[in-house]
Amino acid sequence: MIGLPHFLVLAGVLFSIAVAGIFLNRKNVIVLLMCIELMLLAVNFNFVAFSRWLGDLNGQVFVFFILTVAAAESAIGLAILVVLFRERRSINVDSLNRMRG
Amino acid sequence: MEQIYLAIPLAPLLAALLAGLAGKWIGRVGAHCVTILGVATALALSLWVFYGQVFEGAPRYNATVYTWLVSDGLSMQIGFLIDHLTALMMVVVTFVSLMVHIYTIGYMHDDPGYQRFFSYISLFTFAMLMLVMSNNFLQLFFGWEAVGLVSYLLIGFWFTRPSAIFANMKAFLVNRVGDLGFLLGIAGVVHYTGSLAYSDAFQAAPEILKHSLVLFNGHAWNAMTVICICLFIGAMGKSAQVPLHVWLPDSMEGPTPISALIHAATMVTAGIFMVARMSPLFELSPTALSVVLVIGATTALFMGFLGMVANDIKRVVAYSTLSQLGYMTVALGVSAYSAAIFHLMTHAFFKALLFLGAGSVIVAMHHEQDMRRMGGLRKYLPITYVTSLLGALALIGFPGFSGFFSKDALIEAVGESHAVGACYAQWCVTAGVFITAFYTFRMIFMTFHGTERMDAHTREHLHESPWVVTLPLVLLAIPSVFIGWFTVGPVLFGGFFDGVITVAPAHDVLGHLGHHFESPWRFLLEAFEAPTLYLAASGVALAWLFYLKRPEWPAKITARLGPVLSILEHKYGFDWFNQQVLAGGSRLLGQAFWRVGDQWLIDGALVNGSAKTVDWLAHATRRLQSGYLYHYAFVMIIGLASVLAWFLWRA
Repeated sequence: MIGLPHFLVLAGVLFSIAVAGIFLNRKNVIVLLMCIELMLLAVNFNFVAFSRWLGDLNGQVFVFFILTVAAAESAIGLAILVVLFRERRSINVDSLNRMRG
Repeated sequence: MEQIYLAIPLAPLLAALLAGLAGKWIGRVGAHCVTILGVATALALSLWVFYGQVFEGAPRYNATVYTWLVSDGLSMQIGFLIDHLTALMMVVVTFVSLMVHIYTIGYMHDDPGYQRFFSYISLFTFAMLMLVMSNNFLQLFFGWEAVGLVSYLLIGFWFTRPSAIFANMKAFLVNRVGDLGFLLGIAGVVHYTGSLAYSDAFQAAPEILKHSLVLFNGHAWNAMTVICICLFIGAMGKSAQVPLHVWLPDSMEGPTPISALIHAATMVTAGIFMVARMSPLFELSPTALSVVLVIGATTALFMGFLGMVANDIKRVVAYSTLSQLGYMTVALGVSAYSAAIFHLMTHAFFKALLFLGAGSVIVAMHHEQDMRRMGGLRKYLPITYVTSLLGALALIGFPGFSGFFSKDALIEAVGESHAVGACYAQWCVTAGVFITAFYTFRMIFMTFHGTERMDAHTREHLHESPWVVTLPLVLLAIPSVFIGWFTVGPVLFGGFFDGVITVAPAHDVLGHLGHHFESPWRFLLEAFEAPTLYLAASGVALAWLFYLKRPEWPAKITARLGPVLSILEHKYGFDWFNQQVLAGGSRLLGQAFWRVGDQWLIDGALVNGSAKTVDWLAHATRRLQSGYLYHYAFVMIIGLASVLAWFLWRA
């Protein structure tokens, strides 16, 4: 029988993969965006699992909102990425350190 | 009378302002006319006041003419105290000043600072008159500082010469040391009497005597002794007594007329005058009088030695001034105030004469001052020669000349005294007679007699100075020769200073001498029994032997006396000590403060240090801002994890 802990572990694994992706990725900003999406999905998993476990639909409604925001966010993120590429001719993460002190 | 007393100092002041501020408009002739008129007015009025005081027995005048301010009961006033002492000083000051004014027309006639010079010497006359006419300590101090200022301005009159600037700075600084003592003395008087007026201080003198001050490791000092010694330190600065004498020889960098007026005849005697004026205070402190006596005696003898080796004609006269000031101080020390003032007066005439004579020689020699390049000037400058010779005879105390009466009376007074140090002082002043005679005639012989050592060009242009130069010489020579004859009786023994100068009966050496005094003639004859006359004669004889008869001898003797000569040529090391130890020490101390305190502590540690700390901190935090997104994310995650961990661990 698949219970709540399995879902939570899956969500934790997904989240950890996303964090690892952010740290290990040195090449591509798109991967970063994907990792952020993955984090959000992990959170969504938690919402859905708890919603089901607690019998409260509010959690699932919240997931829709998060998906919408995530879509908007990736649209903006990709748009910024395009501008960034035009500006710097590169989306290499290691070269994006203009904020360095 | 008040208007007359006011007019005496104000006439020279007005003239000084006119010549100084409007010098361009009134021109050279205008400048000397207006200042001579101002000083002549002062002289005429002074003579009139003197006549009224001395011959008509006018009462002594002591009144305030203007109250400057009153603060906490202490009133600061301008007032005049006119008595015999003041009247005598006024006449001496204005007379010598007038002679110097006339002389300056000739001496400075091609100097670009002509009007400025006249303005200064008139201003000096004003300041000196304010000093001697004062009836309170504040005005005395004003005059004291004002003459110091004018002296500073005049020593550095040729301000493009580095040596003149050095000399005037030196004079100013050395006088500051003395003035500090003087100011402390005045402060002491004000502390105990609450008044600046002389009369209050003199009245309260017995009261001051009852107080004592604890100074220097708990020794109790009588307040009067402290006050008197402080006042005398002021006199040491102004009257150039050891060890504050160092400025006077250097002040010869100024033009010769002011050497005569300020650094020989009048200003340097301000200290002598002040101590005589303060006689009611000094009489109460035998300790202070002994200090005065010993310092005066040391100055009288040891500065005379320096005159024997100087080769600059003005410096010889300067050292003789130091020595003679020492004589006057000795007289003050043995309570023979009248003798000091008497010597001050005769000295003013003959020393001004000698200086002006030296100036006349210097002009004739085209500003050559080294006596080794003179000689035989007698036939080129007859008037200068005769007047200088008269001045020299007066200085060495040739019987019958003014210096004879004053110096002989002074030496006898020292012999009568039983004060502590009188024995030393007597030895010094007696030996000083020989020294004085030697260096004075050394100067006369080297300058006016013997072989002509100047170059041919100078010799061709040698001629007697114009009448404006020789007239003051003649007018000064007259009192130098004769004034002692008429004044020795009344001034020293005739009660001239009764009620002006206070002498305790126990120290009244002049009163003691007065019992034997009958007439100047007897005084003259008695001199032949005393050793001083023979000492002076042998001094002249020795000078004649060394510089005329056997000119090769001095060189041989000096070769033998290397170490002694070296001490004299280095002026006992006072200059070395002042420059290396005092000035050098303060510079070193200043440098230490600058290096450690300013550069290292304030600049290094505080000002730049705080900036450097901020800079270092900023550098350290800058390392954190890598600009990589994943670093920031990592920090965020770590932060989040630690916050969560903290919450869980607490729960």
